[in-house]
Amino acid sequence: MIRFLFRRLMWFVVTMTVVMSVSFFLMKNVKGGPFDTERALEPAIEANIQARYHLDWPLWKQFLHYTGPFNLDERGLGGNQEKVLGGVLSGDFGPSFRYRDFTVNDIIGQALPISALLGVVSMMWALALGVSTGIASALRRGSGVDLALRLAATGGIALPNFVIAGFLIIIFVFMIPLLPVAGWGSIKEMLLPGFCLGLVYAAYLARLTRTGMLEALSQDHIRTAQAKGLSPRTVVLRHALKGGLLPVVSYLGPATAGILTGSLVIERIFFIPGLGSHFVNSASNRDYTLAMGVTILYTVLVYSMNTVVDLAYTLLDPRIDLAEEA
Amino acid sequence: MAIVPPLPSRHVLAMLLLGLVFASALVLTRGASLEPADYVMNNGSEVQTLDPATVTGVPEGRVLRAIFEGLIVKHPKTLEPLPGSAESWEVSDDGLTWTFHIRRGAQWTNGDELTAEDWIYSWRRFLHPLTASYYAYQLWYVAGARQYTRQPEDRSFDASPTGGLWYQRTSDGQVKVGLHGYLLEHMTGEVSVTLPSNPAQKPTIHAGDQSWTLPFSLTNPASNPKAPTSAADALARCYGLESDDKSGWLLKGSLTESDWNAVHANGVLLDGATYRAEVADPQHLKIWTTDSHTLHVTLNSPTPYFLDLTGFYPTFPVNRRNIKEAQERWPDRWEIEWLRAENIVTNGPFKLIERRVNDRIRLAKNETYWDADNVAMNSIDILAIEQDSTMLNMYLTGGCDAIDRVNTNVVQELWGREDFQPTPYLGTYFYRFNVNQPPYDDVRVRQALSMVIPRQAICDKVMKMGQVPASSLTPSGIGAYTPPSMNMGSPEEARMLLAAAGYPGGKDFPPVEIHYNTSEAHSSIAQVIALAWQDELGIRTKLRNEEWKVYLDTQQNLRFQVSRSAWIGDYADPNTFIDMFVTGGENNKTGWGNPEYDRLVKAAGAELDPQHRLQFLGEAEALLLDEMPILPIYYYVTQNLTAPRLGGNSENVLDEHFPKFWYWMDDAELAEKRANYPKEFETVAPHGPPEGLYSPAQLRERQQQ
Repeated sequence: MIRFLFRRLMWFVVTMTVVMSVSFFLMKNVKGGPFDTERALEPAIEANIQARYHLDWPLWKQFLHYTGPFNLDERGLGGNQEKVLGGVLSGDFGPSFRYRDFTVNDIIGQALPISALLGVVSMMWALALGVSTGIASALRRGSGVDLALRLAATGGIALPNFVIAGFLIIIFVFMIPLLPVAGWGSIKEMLLPGFCLGLVYAAYLARLTRTGMLEALSQDHIRTAQAKGLSPRTVVLRHALKGGLLPVVSYLGPATAGILTGSLVIERIFFIPGLGSHFVNSASNRDYTLAMGVTILYTVLVYSMNTVVDLAYTLLDPRIDLAEEA
Repeated sequence: MAIVPPLPSRHVLAMLLLGLVFASALVLTRGASLEPADYVMNNGSEVQTLDPATVTGVPEGRVLRAIFEGLIVKHPKTLEPLPGSAESWEVSDDGLTWTFHIRRGAQWTNGDELTAEDWIYSWRRFLHPLTASYYAYQLWYVAGARQYTRQPEDRSFDASPTGGLWYQRTSDGQVKVGLHGYLLEHMTGEVSVTLPSNPAQKPTIHAGDQSWTLPFSLTNPASNPKAPTSAADALARCYGLESDDKSGWLLKGSLTESDWNAVHANGVLLDGATYRAEVADPQHLKIWTTDSHTLHVTLNSPTPYFLDLTGFYPTFPVNRRNIKEAQERWPDRWEIEWLRAENIVTNGPFKLIERRVNDRIRLAKNETYWDADNVAMNSIDILAIEQDSTMLNMYLTGGCDAIDRVNTNVVQELWGREDFQPTPYLGTYFYRFNVNQPPYDDVRVRQALSMVIPRQAICDKVMKMGQVPASSLTPSGIGAYTPPSMNMGSPEEARMLLAAAGYPGGKDFPPVEIHYNTSEAHSSIAQVIALAWQDELGIRTKLRNEEWKVYLDTQQNLRFQVSRSAWIGDYADPNTFIDMFVTGGENNKTGWGNPEYDRLVKAAGAELDPQHRLQFLGEAEALLLDEMPILPIYYYVTQNLTAPRLGGNSENVLDEHFPKFWYWMDDAELAEKRANYPKEFETVAPHGPPEGLYSPAQLRERQQQ
């Protein structure tokens, strides 16, 4: 297990290096810059702005300054050395180019907990709904219940969540004024976005659970358990579910990373100050530092969630040996 | 041997997950629910910064007008200048020198008295190259300001402030004194530096019969890396400090090459990290004070809208102590820290309480504001909702009392409501031609393309909000200025012009490419225009949309044929539109230039008589419309949905609104307002409290009645 984690860590370094350099240089090659506006600037003023944000430096130097761990500007190695450390490797993601009163650390610090809470809420209910309907479907394979649940799951996947959100807003805000239309801060405000965000995951989970359970239920050891006269409840929950959930678990890794980092659509519709909107807005604003910050965050999350999933396999299925996998 | 039960790892994982949920819930709910504010408005997007010197946008302006106050404020309806931080002002007969009398007794939120020095500091900072201000050119009307912003920076000095203090005896026996390439003021006679034997004591600089003791000692740099390492370094650090005994160190000006080879043409003398925002050359920048409350400004040419500019948000003052304390406390990140809600110092009717990115800005009434007696709202929330449907939903359900735009899809539903009364404002939607590229270099082609555009249909069928078909660049509604009208022509005339240009019936005319930034409305307009060009002139058209920043790049570099554009006036004067198209102007973006046009714009700038000035501008605009490097399409209208109960607010030509004047009407006043509507409107939920919310002054007045 230690060897497995160590290897993962090494690959993590490689992955991060590739992700950071590719996204940095790709981003810098896109036309337009963070300070372009409809009002063109006097060349002198533009030069001042470029100089202040070091956009006049050669790209390699900008990259090294960004990654750190050494600060290359006039306060760092390039000058009076007041602040020698800087850059991502020293934990400093730099100032946002767009929201200039905040650092990227500030912005992620404010937005990530919000997206994460919303994500966890919707993930928990997606798990509860998805797994239970999946099991029900699998146990009554071919019945009317199975058909209805599968239809619902397909619907959940096919319908974009902004459509569902629109319907829910019409019903629960305008027709039956129960819930606030948008905003963030209270439990009431979490219900609609949490439901909409979780729905598509619930649908996927239901399908995965059903498939996994069907396969698990046809295994020899399940038949043995049934033959031994164990109660159906024990058979399903104790023996079949463990194996049946394996595909669900492998799906959960990337899904959790995705759901924790927020959803642009849901956040925009329900006016939630989460992280999702930064993924898209930072790119269109050419907010270089923020775009890099969220990219790095997402990479780290996906990577660690996948590692957690691999660890979770061993808990669910003792036959899996991580040392071998590594 | 006891059997140790295995660690139930499944449970650990589950516990960890649960812990994560609770932890984030704790972090999040910490102060998450604020008391509802008296007034909630939507701002359309997150503000980029609250530093007045570096803002550009409309959303930023809305917040800044609430928390800061310029020399003047504007009347909410007529936009006439009203006394703000300046109690009164006068202008010299030649229109060049303005004198402002700063309000006595007015305070900053940190208790500092508001003085004329605040403007010296703030405007120098605004214009300074290191501030990297977008809008610096808005103050370039001030004598010396343009040179000040354009001075080359000595970044090498900025990086290593260890260079030389120098002096030089000139042929006439005078001694020039400077630091690096810069000449220092007030220094005559022999110069010497006395370094004390004890390094902990302060060095003295002698020049003639004057001497200055530096406020720093030259301690061992190894033990204190921040201490000055030389007299020059120490001198550099003196520079920009405020107390009187150091004013002698301000820059006098640059040296010529023959004087000093290694000097720059014009420069800043700064210990960059410490005094980034400090001043350079007051000798040339004509902003000065005669006493603590009298501010003088001399302009390059009489600029009638200069007074308006002193109420424009980039010219708002900032507090010196605010910035200085942040610089001392957070030397490496003060640029962000001084703006934080807990640190920022302001002088406006409201103060900043809290900021959450992409969520809201919470403001509270500033009790120390000089006119707090006339401020009604106790708290204001400014939201950052971007989605059209979300802001409309928030408004309709009472979560928000004003929104600044509505989607064209819902306009039909909103027409006739009392809270939706679009009015014209200073904005024009137009297409730019690239006049460098044939066939658009032929004015007949440009005119022909303009004549067949169904402007009325675009306004009625596409925009739907009462936009007005444009016949000029400058919209009407700017004071005494009546914009000239272009030749609207007719399809027949257009066909004749096109034939005369060598393309009868559109034959051999290369397909036009209309360039616009990705948006449904721009696309619809382009399609209508493409259809008209096809039907009336036989010209084929391609559409090319680009993402916003790419579009800006393409437009700036003239890599288009016809490109969608718009311009919103910065101030209520035709100059804000017309000076855009002088030859080589940054915002010209057409390749067009005309010496006569440049001459007229320049003449208008120097003209004292307002009538004549507008005449010059009118002639210039007529020339522009005749040569048609641009193709005006429609004038903008405001799209605000505003709670009917809101008082002290009015639609106006700049679409600027002033939180200072806002109050909630009570039912009686609302009924009166409704009775006075010019036409029948559908009444809607008025928002706000039925008993109204009035300022202390209003309450007293109402009691008397």
